[in-house]
Amino acid sequence: MGTSKLAGEGPVISVVDLHVSYGEREVLHGISFDVVRGETLVILGGSGSGKSTLLRTLMGLEKPSGGEVWIKGVNVAQASESELDKIRKKMGVSFQGGALFGSMTVGENVALPLTEHTSLEDSTIEIMVRIKLEQVGLASFEDYMPSELSGGMKKRAAVARALAMDPDLLLFDEPSAGLDPIIAAGIDELILELKKAYSMSMVVVTHELVSAFLIADRLLLIDRGNIIAIGNKEEVKASTNPRVRQFLDRVPEPQVEDELNYLQMLTRNIKART
Amino acid sequence: MSAAEKITALPDRVGAATLNGVAYVGELARLTGESAYATFVGPFRGQPLRLRRALHQAMAVGVAAIPIVSLITFFVGLIMALQSAYELRRLGAIQFVADAVAISIIRELGPLITAIIVIGRSGSAFAAEIGTMKVTEEVDALETMALRPVAFLMAPKFLAMLVMAPCLTIWADFMGVMGGCVFGVTGASFTFISYLRATRDALVIGDITTGLVKSALFAVVITAVGCREGFSTGAGAEEVGRSTTMAVVRSIFLVIAVDLVFTALFYLTNRG
Repeated sequence: MGTSKLAGEGPVISVVDLHVSYGEREVLHGISFDVVRGETLVILGGSGSGKSTLLRTLMGLEKPSGGEVWIKGVNVAQASESELDKIRKKMGVSFQGGALFGSMTVGENVALPLTEHTSLEDSTIEIMVRIKLEQVGLASFEDYMPSELSGGMKKRAAVARALAMDPDLLLFDEPSAGLDPIIAAGIDELILELKKAYSMSMVVVTHELVSAFLIADRLLLIDRGNIIAIGNKEEVKASTNPRVRQFLDRVPEPQVEDELNYLQMLTRNIKART
Repeated sequence: MSAAEKITALPDRVGAATLNGVAYVGELARLTGESAYATFVGPFRGQPLRLRRALHQAMAVGVAAIPIVSLITFFVGLIMALQSAYELRRLGAIQFVADAVAISIIRELGPLITAIIVIGRSGSAFAAEIGTMKVTEEVDALETMALRPVAFLMAPKFLAMLVMAPCLTIWADFMGVMGGCVFGVTGASFTFISYLRATRDALVIGDITTGLVKSALFAVVITAVGCREGFSTGAGAEEVGRSTTMAVVRSIFLVIAVDLVFTALFYLTNRG
């Protein structure tokens, strides 16, 4: 691969035949896709589809059992710690629950990557923290503790922390999970604003259809560890794959195929009394 | 399973349990090594030492433990005096009560009681704190920010414990002797000064240093076990409770085991 994947050209993320296993159980069965510079890719999937595992692998938190994950020209699966650190410093991550450090104020949380990785003056960092918090609509909240914030505010603060190092790649895990529709719409709005303001590449994992179609440039549907659809909104909407249709039309999983199976399921492992 | 199968399965189980035990100690050694590197080598290679976090930990681990350590070791010193006086009086050797208290407290009970209190207060807190951070993805967040969780979370605790456990032990030794002194003055024919003089004469410098070396080792064990249990926490709130329990149980066992090994070692090396 090598030459075509130098920084500054080619896709930001390139996943090639990715397999990930937890012990014996394989969760992702050979996934390949690219994220083009500046685009927003939304990864859609149900619970247990493997979408969170995919995101964790992109962050370098899970080691693939096979295949390659190239981020800006570096194969994350085989990168050294220092190579990985270099990528991570330019990668912002917003976790599902925010993952703000409970023992620090919101401001200290946003400042942490800057104090740890840069030699900027305290006053400069303070100004940068205020800018980041203002961007996510949390101006003047820097002295609050994370436990004093609502769910939506925590997510905004987490985005501010993810933006601290001016990343060129932003990863979101379930940005609207656990939020009421109004607050969730606000987060979607924030993502769209960030998209407009910076030319960042973003990967968003979600199971919210409305929000997915609102923020995505391209969508990727994942089901039971396989990609079942990838493309822009129109292409995905026009898909005829039955699992894609089921997901988009919100059809529930058929509970029991037929009555005989049902009876067998109930009586399995029960011996007849003699 | 037939009797024969049970017999052949036994070596397998013993082998697996042994390997798990060795792997556990190996894991503790890896965490301790990484923390020691971050504390003693990293700062000379341009990595931050995070003294402020260590200071914060030292307050929680050491300074805040002073009242309870004082009270318990004072009582233990008094108990030791009463128990040894019981036997010594029959031998007509009540004046040796100061020696008995001094040696048992400073060589053994001071470091051990301090370690047990620190396990209850801080070892459990390490496991709970790191375990909760694991559950809320804060540990993952550290990694994605290119920060090493062990260097960031464990190293300050390691440094604080390494300094504060021997300090607490010195204080515990003093309070234990004071407890013995209360009996010496009221129950035997000592004055305050003569009791302290008898204590001083009973001790050699080696008694104090072995106690302090032990307490530093206990500090390493407690930090490693507490943080290891925290880092291995699975998903969910009940897992944090499990980690905390395991941290306390395993620390107590390992502290006693380390105590036995080192006491035996000191005994064997000083026999001649």
